[in-house]
Amino acid sequence: MSILVVGEHDNATIKGGTLNAVTAAAVISLFTGGETHLLIAGHNAQSVAEAGTKIAGVSKVLLADAPHLAEGLAENVEATVLSIANGYSHIVLPATAYGKSIAPRIAARLDVAQMSDIIAVESADTFVRPVYAGNVIATVRSGDSTKVVTVRTTGFDAAATDGGSASIEKIAAAPDAGVSQFLNRQVTKLDRPELTSADVVVSGGRGLGSAENYTRILEPLADKLGGALGASRAAVDAGFVPNDYQVGQTGKIVAPELYIAVGISGAIQHLAGMKDSKVIVAVNKDAEAPIFSVADYGVVDDLFVAVPEWVDLLSQ
Amino acid sequence: MRVIVAVKRVVDYNVKVRVRSDGGGVDIANVKMSMNPFDEIAVEEAVRLKEAGVAAEVVVVSAGVAQCQETLRTALAMGADRAILIETNEELQPLAVAKLLNAIVDKEQPQLIIFGKQAIDDDSNQTGQMMAALASLPQATFASRLQIADGRAIVSREIDGGAETLSLALPAVVTTDLRLNEPRYVTLPNLMKAKKKPMETVRPEDLAVDVRPRLTTLRLAEPPKRCAGVIVPDVKTLVEKLKSEAKVL
Repeated sequence: MSILVVGEHDNATIKGGTLNAVTAAAVISLFTGGETHLLIAGHNAQSVAEAGTKIAGVSKVLLADAPHLAEGLAENVEATVLSIANGYSHIVLPATAYGKSIAPRIAARLDVAQMSDIIAVESADTFVRPVYAGNVIATVRSGDSTKVVTVRTTGFDAAATDGGSASIEKIAAAPDAGVSQFLNRQVTKLDRPELTSADVVVSGGRGLGSAENYTRILEPLADKLGGALGASRAAVDAGFVPNDYQVGQTGKIVAPELYIAVGISGAIQHLAGMKDSKVIVAVNKDAEAPIFSVADYGVVDDLFVAVPEWVDLLSQ
Repeated sequence: MRVIVAVKRVVDYNVKVRVRSDGGGVDIANVKMSMNPFDEIAVEEAVRLKEAGVAAEVVVVSAGVAQCQETLRTALAMGADRAILIETNEELQPLAVAKLLNAIVDKEQPQLIIFGKQAIDDDSNQTGQMMAALASLPQATFASRLQIADGRAIVSREIDGGAETLSLALPAVVTTDLRLNEPRYVTLPNLMKAKKKPMETVRPEDLAVDVRPRLTTLRLAEPPKRCAGVIVPDVKTLVEKLKSEAKVL
């Protein structure tokens, strides 16, 4: 049987997390021998489907195109996936806001368990996933006929966006569930890399003291390093930055080449979101802060002095 | 209208859990247990709807061992009107909890069901969505703002890179994110009052729900430890080390 990846997109481009999900599907197929199909459920999404045919490892793209699929409403995507779910051994989604909203609906309607946020595949029915904010790694086996999983994007490399030569098959969209309606979307305009895919992440915590300080101190460093900006839950709770900056158990999971934690104490829930980074740097004036226990390089200093000094050094 | 809030008893967020030496489970003996933080936000939102005159009754529901009564009492002390405990010693997985809640919803006919977006123990982030699908209800996950007007829920939700707003026909399921509200503290007088509020206990059999686990946990392990590195004396040394040693600059 084949493996179905439900692709996340905005009717123009495929979102990065989909590529990690395709790689997870490729690992599953090593055990099952099944093909990987990519579902694009959207509206006027022909170009997305065409881009999907080029993704390495995808053998068929299924395109369901209808006005009520335009905004990725969970109820409607669920219904369309269910209409084709019969033929698949595995249904795979990225563990993004999109995938997390839709996957459990599919699993429930199929009367099967879901495994969330998998970071490794052990066999066709056994997956590895973090629990307790990543403090425990569980190996879980599903006894259900269909396996529904969401994929932690930092657990699998992104599939190449060229080299594939899949065909496109148009499928019917399930009818509009008619119970939910999309009103509007405010996408934060970013002139820097996206948090979950950036090579460098500069994150700030409560130690920055205010939204103004967050911007004044961290932006120049992120600019110099070409990095994304992140934050601890404490900084989000204090209103320094919007929630989508949050790195941690309850926010985004990141694993950049370089993670810089500024004024972040290092609560368990924050560490859960960044401890797989390649190199971690911590700047904190409290030498006892737990962040230093995971940092490769620590600077015990006032961040209001150290960070501007760092920016100066990079400017030279 | 009636609002149902699902609450879960979990290991307190301040506790660093340890895997039992036999690898068969997590050591939760003598560990502080609390209400899942996102569920506190869910209770708070429901109580605010009642205070605003939008909701007439707030019913809190938990599933699990007898001690979940404490979690429900906390929710009652926050302002919920009555509680239902679905008592079982069986390990409950999200699909089972979703089915149990669906059975309660079927009986109670609420207009709104609020869940925390994820429990901080199994980190599944599934139950609300599953319950919504089982009941064929619309959902808005990761809510940062909730308004009820003209028989609809207008919900702003956190998405990757921004926010979006949905309008849902009631009844509907909403799962809470951090910024929705700041839960109130439970005061002692309210905790005393909560003792007089009704708490009903039912069993999964009473609801005709099969709660047997579908997933088997084969192993639990602690993740590879990340070792502490070095404290460098100043930023200049840091930049040099990042260039020459770590090679990330």
